[in-house]
Amino acid sequence: MLRVDTEERAGEVVTPRVAEPLARPGRSGTLSLFWSELGLTFRRWRTLALFAILAVIPVVVGIAVKIETRDGGVAGGGDGEGPAFLSQVTNNSLFLVFTSLAVTLPFFLPMAIGVIAGDAVAGEAGVGTLRYLLVAPAGRSRLLLAKANATAVFCAAAVLVVSVSALLTGMALFPVGDVTLLSGSTISFGDGLLRVLAVAGVVAASLLGLAAIGLFISTLTNSGIAAMATTVGVMITVQILDAIPQLDMIHPYLFPHYWLGFVDLVRDPVIWDQVQDNLVLQAVYVAIFGSAAWARFTTRDISA
Amino acid sequence: MAPIEPTTHDQDPGDETRSLRRRRTVRLLVPVAVAGVAAGTIGLVPALADSGSSDPKLPGVTAEELVTKLAGTQVDTFSGTVKISTDLGLPGLIAGGASGAGSSPFGPGAGGEEDAEGAGATADPRSQLPALLSGSHTVRVAVDGPDKQRLSIVDETSEYSLIHNADQVWAYDSATNQVFHAEGGDHRAPGGQHEGRLPAELPTPQEAAEQALAAVDATTSVTVDGTSEVAGRDAYDLLITPKQDGSTVGSVRIAVDAENGAPLKFTLTPKGSERAAVDIGFTKVSFAEPKAGSFDFTPPKGAEVTEAEDLREKADAAGESARGSFEDLAGLGLNPGDVSLIGEGWDSVLRTELPEGVLSGKAFEKGKQLPEGFDPKTLLNSLGDRVDGDFGEGTVITSRLVNVLVTDDGQVYLGAVTKDALIAAAEK
Repeated sequence: MLRVDTEERAGEVVTPRVAEPLARPGRSGTLSLFWSELGLTFRRWRTLALFAILAVIPVVVGIAVKIETRDGGVAGGGDGEGPAFLSQVTNNSLFLVFTSLAVTLPFFLPMAIGVIAGDAVAGEAGVGTLRYLLVAPAGRSRLLLAKANATAVFCAAAVLVVSVSALLTGMALFPVGDVTLLSGSTISFGDGLLRVLAVAGVVAASLLGLAAIGLFISTLTNSGIAAMATTVGVMITVQILDAIPQLDMIHPYLFPHYWLGFVDLVRDPVIWDQVQDNLVLQAVYVAIFGSAAWARFTTRDISA
Repeated sequence: MAPIEPTTHDQDPGDETRSLRRRRTVRLLVPVAVAGVAAGTIGLVPALADSGSSDPKLPGVTAEELVTKLAGTQVDTFSGTVKISTDLGLPGLIAGGASGAGSSPFGPGAGGEEDAEGAGATADPRSQLPALLSGSHTVRVAVDGPDKQRLSIVDETSEYSLIHNADQVWAYDSATNQVFHAEGGDHRAPGGQHEGRLPAELPTPQEAAEQALAAVDATTSVTVDGTSEVAGRDAYDLLITPKQDGSTVGSVRIAVDAENGAPLKFTLTPKGSERAAVDIGFTKVSFAEPKAGSFDFTPPKGAEVTEAEDLREKADAAGESARGSFEDLAGLGLNPGDVSLIGEGWDSVLRTELPEGVLSGKAFEKGKQLPEGFDPKTLLNSLGDRVDGDFGEGTVITSRLVNVLVTDDGQVYLGAVTKDALIAAAEK
């Protein structure tokens, strides 16, 4: 697999640029760099495997709920325990999307982001393709920007995979129709779909902080595995810190703190405070770790 | 941005290394600067908001004027978000029972088979509201006169809504997808206590403030203690301090809206503590009329609806007055007639008597299943400290605000007074 990547780099990206050294990369150059990064990320087996796992989880949750409620029982024992929204899933397929996102958000989604972001720079440095890329006059800032954008697109795609899989599973197993919001009011299925879209957008955005951290860690090392492991480790550590009540003064500054805030979009009226805090927090993380990654990547010695 | 090429040109190697190093230092300052700006913005904004200098400057008022303003407030429409934080320092078992909403230290397993039907998990307000007794909760309120109120307890992944519109009372619990419905003047608890109208029952700032003011007399000092800003509105702070030594209440502070006299924040601090025991305040408030649709409720499709009437019939048939700690107490014969008041003002102590056989566990045996080895006395002793006095021996259960003395012969003394004052009252 790694060999294929190397050849891909040599064949598609590096060679043309070396062949036309006079072409200074303009707007189209930046764009093509982004597309090639995107292609590189999404064509990997690793990425496809991650997507497959993410797609299977909603199916498993959906089938489990279906089996448990087959003979008229109540999901989660009827006492509101178990994953979020479990008791609503049986009444409306859309809630499977929210349940699936709540289930995957603590671990599976961020793990996938950690793998992709951690590997973005370090992986290529490890395989030795990075320096070929840098021979081309693409510029390190541009290259990093392309990688960052590809990672952000991956965040959105991962959330989309979970959401679409949950939506299809839900529609296959559970009733489709008017949606009861958490506050007890009812909206049409179409409006419900809009809420799903908004929730997916917020969840994707709430992963960007972690993506920036992963990208920064990725610029620190030449080992892709080390960068992935470190990113996932940081993610788990911060979530543990976020769960310790004695540390509640630092909680609002931890990137996973508002992850479940997307729930507020399913209320009536919507409570925007947490969503807003979350977006600001993610933007701050992206700014800090994005600039740190840039500072490191544009000044580091690349020997591999 | 121009392309950056740290290593492409034929330079003197030493020169290159030096310039690279300089560039590296400069660039590393960028994320540090970004982090600094972010930390500064995040850290300074609340600090500035908290500092005394930003307290609103308002014309001075006397305590009497402020109390009048508070008492005479004409506000009967408002909506907003209330944050309720309670830290009563209850013994863990009781607090756990309260937040578990329905499980009870007096009746673990009570109800037997009925529990299987989810009797403990109805959307009945009486099984939900005790949860507010511990921890921190966000509550959304909307009030439009005495006939229309809505209250939602916002949990992380669920919401509990209570809607009162004219003669209809609805409650919806999204965690269990259950609906509770009561109609007419009929929304009384199965045990017979009156549920009351919603605003009288729920600790909005308005409600909490009124209760504190009712206690105002010669035993209390009431002063105006500066101004503050609550939910973006200017407010006067009314400070109420007990003059009696025996009280566990240190102070009660009420932020009164400078414009319309509405109470915006209520803080109760125990004596000798900086940390509030009860803190109820708006984080967002509007005095405009809430949207008319806010008070409409139709039971969602697929939700299980419990009628108050059915619940009562079922309870009567089972020969039980109710579930949950409060109702269990009522069912054990704690009638209001048994209660007397000792002392005055802040030092008042409630005295009552446990029905015979409760402490020995005999009272539980009829119609109630007690777990193996369950002994009420052992439970009681594990919750509190043993004391003795003229009343014989007993157990004092202490919290940050309320202390309870249960003597071995079944007398119960309860008050927001210190342990010593409680024992003194019991010895009278």
